[in-house]
Amino acid sequence: MTELLQYVLSGLTVGAVYALVALGFTIIYNASNVVNFAQGEFVMLGGMITFFAWQAGLPLPLAAALAILAAAAVGVALNKLAVERARGAPVVSLIIITIGASIFLRGGAQLVFDKQLHRFPAFSGDEPLVIGGATILPQGLWVVAGAATVFALLYLFFTRTLTGKAILATANNRVAARLVGINTDYMMTLSFALSAAIGALAGVLMTPITLTSYDLGVAYALKGFAAAMLGGMGVPAGALVGGLMLGLIEAITAGYVSSVYKDAVAFIVILAVLFAMPQGLFGRKSTDRV
Amino acid sequence: MRLSSSKHLTLLVLAAIILIAPFGFPSNFYYRIGSLIFVNGLAVTGLVILIGFAGQISLGHAGFAGIGAYACALAPQYLGLHPALAMLLGTALSAAIAWLIGRPILRLQGYYLAVATLGFGILVSMVLANEAPITGGPDGHEVPELGLRKLLETIGLDLSNAQFWYAFTGLFLLAGTWLALNLHDSPSGRALRALHDSEIAARTVGVDVTRYKLSAFVLSAVYASLSGSLLALMNKFITPDAAGFLHSIELVTMTVLGGAGSVPGAVAGAALLTMLPQVLTVLQDYEHMILGLIMMLVMIFMPSGLVPSLSRLLRGRT
Amino acid sequence: MPLLRVEGLGIDFGGLRAVDNVGFQVEPGEIVSVIGPNGAGKTTLFNMISGAYQPARGAVSLDGEIVTGMVPHLLARRGLSRTFQNLQIFQKMTVLENVMVGCHLQERASLLADLFSTPASRKRSAETRAAALKLLERVGLDCAADKEASSLSYGALKRLEIARALALEPRILLLDEPAAGCNAVETEEIDHLVADVAKSGVAILLVEHDMKLVMRISNHIVVLDRGEKIAEGRPGEVSRDPKVIEAYLGVQPKEAGGHALG
Repeated sequence: MTELLQYVLSGLTVGAVYALVALGFTIIYNASNVVNFAQGEFVMLGGMITFFAWQAGLPLPLAAALAILAAAAVGVALNKLAVERARGAPVVSLIIITIGASIFLRGGAQLVFDKQLHRFPAFSGDEPLVIGGATILPQGLWVVAGAATVFALLYLFFTRTLTGKAILATANNRVAARLVGINTDYMMTLSFALSAAIGALAGVLMTPITLTSYDLGVAYALKGFAAAMLGGMGVPAGALVGGLMLGLIEAITAGYVSSVYKDAVAFIVILAVLFAMPQGLFGRKSTDRV
Repeated sequence: MRLSSSKHLTLLVLAAIILIAPFGFPSNFYYRIGSLIFVNGLAVTGLVILIGFAGQISLGHAGFAGIGAYACALAPQYLGLHPALAMLLGTALSAAIAWLIGRPILRLQGYYLAVATLGFGILVSMVLANEAPITGGPDGHEVPELGLRKLLETIGLDLSNAQFWYAFTGLFLLAGTWLALNLHDSPSGRALRALHDSEIAARTVGVDVTRYKLSAFVLSAVYASLSGSLLALMNKFITPDAAGFLHSIELVTMTVLGGAGSVPGAVAGAALLTMLPQVLTVLQDYEHMILGLIMMLVMIFMPSGLVPSLSRLLRGRT
Repeated sequence: MPLLRVEGLGIDFGGLRAVDNVGFQVEPGEIVSVIGPNGAGKTTLFNMISGAYQPARGAVSLDGEIVTGMVPHLLARRGLSRTFQNLQIFQKMTVLENVMVGCHLQERASLLADLFSTPASRKRSAETRAAALKLLERVGLDCAADKEASSLSYGALKRLEIARALALEPRILLLDEPAAGCNAVETEEIDHLVADVAKSGVAILLVEHDMKLVMRISNHIVVLDRGEKIAEGRPGEVSRDPKVIEAYLGVQPKEAGGHALG
């Protein structure tokens, strides 16, 4: 029992990060129908910039804030300089653009920073907490709480604020949104800034546990994309459930079956779910109007 | 008969380039880069059929390249097969697996299809990396000599190793290109391109969409598998990276950069992305940034890919 | 035996009855039109008959065989062909290729033969090409054969879709607003074309908003309103039916001055 609880706790920690990355995918997808494969690089930027700002003498919270802002700026630049200019291009072209952006950012990080693994101190120390015989790092609680806060705030943002509703309207029908006076270009830029910031936050929260380096973006992009598809692309609740499920499956497989095949089991579950539900767990089936 | 003449012209130009290029090669190294372009071009031609003709994306085709490659490494050792037969076995295995998983996977659309194929590719590379006692694991596995070069030597055709592989892979690429060009303007090719543009309309005129998607998937898997086998036999060594996610992405990038719907674009895309890293190594640290930048710029300014955009430019309408 | 028989057909969208209990039949060589106000369920009815939607209730039979909810490519094999209200053109193919795809079933394509470009495969392509050119001539698009389809005007695309649907050599043809967006001359051309096709023995089921066209060429008219059949009969009968006039104008026939659907 304790063993299972242990796996669940570590699964939730990792899953919360996947959920945040998946949420980033979902927000940009909703605003622009683009699946942004550079999403993982925001996680990397969050960790790396925080580390180097902290090392340069900035207090950790300030360094983290700086990293999140910088990542948001990169998100805006990605939208303005690349995605917006390629509007109307085929989906595969957009995929290549964001993959190109991801390679570019990785190359840039390697150049500006370095190729080492880095870590900054956990926010509340490294003394594990014991829950029902299982242990969790205080930083793990920070990760879970951070993800919960982000999801809660976004829920409020999208349901209670005019800007949030305008983003949803843009996602739903760009032309109609423009007709009622919504600045859809601004909404797209905002979406990129938002999901870059969320990705960077995930990087900040996770670095004390998993460390960071210039090349960890690919892994997070893969997992976040898979989690978003598992839940149903474009549905925030799907990102949450998909991310947590992926984290739990990985942790439980690693614990009971084999740690080398944890990713394999995760993908087998995703394939099985998609065969039964081709639009993911929460995705709506679209009827073609002909 | 305009179309058929452009088909022969494409083949002729490709054959001429393969034949003439070596006259400008200062060293064996260039033969090797050429062979790599041909090997990649073969897999990319398969993806042109899948992505460009049929409009179905795959982010896992390196998985089939891995199957083809490891068949050449493992079948001679465990089954005592000649490498050439192992290559055929790998092709048959890839086709069978593509046929089996294609049925459920191809019901998915767009990004859902992307993630499912991605999952398949990752599964293959994981098995190859983790079953070390059989596959050699992440360190890779040796591949036996194909032996064809020795055979040619006995009949008086004395080629260096690099020259032989340049010619051998070049022939495969030519054959692959010929088949893809044939397909493009045939009844089956039209059915594939039709379902790309409108599935419902294709169904309405009687195209069995499920069957055609599956055919394109199996065919592209065969191309990828052969490409993997050739790579393994040429290098006499193979690692699980051949099946890896990054290789899959690389293949799709080549396909799209060259022009997804264009058969000659496959070779152009493969050439660009195979040569670029060689050229960029001079710039060392900037290599990745420039590679990423080029990918973005081509797609922003030539969204339909190099060859279609350039040929439109040449014909004078932008 | 009627060629197409529709009985009690119905479908719901999110609990809403989009179409309910619709039935009628079409004989070979006959032109039957389905009319009704916007949102009456005409296109939904078409989508059910042609296998694009699965009907929740009722049955469709072709030449006596039950084909309810059968997938479109099998319906095509049984001689049912259709066009679409909001065009479904193969945009990136040439005009000629669009029609050639319509010949798909006659081609009996074989992937291996096509890959190796066998003489049989080349012969099939050549035959298809000739047949498709003839059809393009018939709809007046032969001069645009090698253009990319996306470069055609809306009216030309409508005719291209009809040519593609005819390439199947159908026994029954479903035309969804073939004259929408066409000018008077183009409408007349389509008018002749449809009458011509019917004369050759093909059954035609037509959805159309151009009442003049409908009244002129239909043998039989089915009127839908809010998903249900409210009337059917010959053009003259239907246009005088008070229920029909009310559905169209939302008023009693007397106030509207009768005979609204000249």
